[in-house]
Amino acid sequence: MDLDMSINAPHSMGTTIIGVTYNGGVVLGADSRTSTGMYVANRASDKITQLTDNVYVCRSGSAADSQIVSDYVRHFLHQHTIQLGQPATVKVAANLIRLISYNNKNMLETGLIVGGWDKYEGGKIYGIPLGGTLIEQPFAIGGSGSSYLYGFFDQEWKEGMTMEEAEKLVVKAVSLAIARDGASGGVVRTVIINSEGVKRNFYPGDKLPLWHEELEPQNSLLDILNAPEPMNT
Amino acid sequence: MASKQPDALLGPESDSQRTQYPYVTGTSVVAIKYKDGILMASDMGGSYGSTLRYKSVERIKPIGKHSLLGASGEISDFQEILRYLDELILYDNMWDDGNSLGPKEVHNYLTRIMYNRRNKFNPLWNSLVLGGVKNGQKYLGTVSMIGVNFEDNHVASGFGNHLARPILRQEWHENLSFEDGVRLLEKCMLVLLYRDRSAINKFQIAKITDEGVTIHQPYSLKTNWEFSAFQNPSQGAVGTW
Repeated sequence: MDLDMSINAPHSMGTTIIGVTYNGGVVLGADSRTSTGMYVANRASDKITQLTDNVYVCRSGSAADSQIVSDYVRHFLHQHTIQLGQPATVKVAANLIRLISYNNKNMLETGLIVGGWDKYEGGKIYGIPLGGTLIEQPFAIGGSGSSYLYGFFDQEWKEGMTMEEAEKLVVKAVSLAIARDGASGGVVRTVIINSEGVKRNFYPGDKLPLWHEELEPQNSLLDILNAPEPMNT
Repeated sequence: MASKQPDALLGPESDSQRTQYPYVTGTSVVAIKYKDGILMASDMGGSYGSTLRYKSVERIKPIGKHSLLGASGEISDFQEILRYLDELILYDNMWDDGNSLGPKEVHNYLTRIMYNRRNKFNPLWNSLVLGGVKNGQKYLGTVSMIGVNFEDNHVASGFGNHLARPILRQEWHENLSFEDGVRLLEKCMLVLLYRDRSAINKFQIAKITDEGVTIHQPYSLKTNWEFSAFQNPSQGAVGTW
């Protein structure tokens, strides 16, 4: 995956995307950086895209590929819902994503995480990495930033969390990935889906915790110089 | 990238020529004939390049009443093969004639699929191990991504060919008991765990006999690191590895 240095390189979502099940539903999370080579084309993108009222997808990899795949699937799910007469299940949505991803594996470069809630299976997360493998998981991580999160989740993941615990975990994780992955950045967006519906949340950079070697943001050096507290390293 | 714009929904037949790259891969599968049927073992890893990304992938699945299929290689292609076989078994059942496809037939079907895809330069990137019993007749065969197929008393895919088969050549014999068979497979899986970078310590052993299929629950093996030679290997030769 060589990074093209030019401003005309294809739009890629370096990205950190996460999907987590909890006791009652799912929490999806993502960063907001879309890059064209080394340039940040969009610093506030929304990578968590709606497929139906109850199913959303986190997109990573090529922005164009992930958008077109989710557009096709949204279209098919819409038709399917009309014919079925009731909301589509998460499994069906995930399988449609898989179908397109698998059958076009040579042309597409997108890793997706499908998450949602339906009345049959409750909250479910499906990972569909490059190649079109479909894999149901209690939680899924994806995108370039996910490399930095395998250890974190190995340690912190617990079955049967509450909604608050799950969302906290997701925000912490995306924030940690943003700290280390150059291709991830911006704000943290989360989408919580359960029997009651869908809730979108937004965590701007200044609401996120500070990690190693990061400093408290200031308005100006002058504020520090004029402050009575001693400086610390 | 292709210069023409194929319809994204038509599937494989819309592209002219291609050989793919595997993305999410499974490593070795090892299988042996034993007294009552076939024993097959694999780990539960799905690697993404050098990352051990998925650790609960079932790479051995029952096919119909008489067969077990184990796969290494690209998992998405394995999932597609399972769909083909699902259709095959369904149509077989729909005849409702009391007959059912045995392991030999399933193996032949898989061979045709793999070889014909290879001829179109569009392989299913898998090495398959197909074992089963029908009417007391044990069968164990393998098919590679280029269509090479054969049957034997013990088969393996991937690293298993290099590390497990030699052990099996020495220690396999006719009419192994279930316990001896499991212990023999575990010996192979342990070697693979030590020496295959893409192996993980989480296994499934599957058994098929005339009575039916059992895929046992996932489990891990104890590893041994307590050799005195492992304690201070660079003492006598500083800088050695």
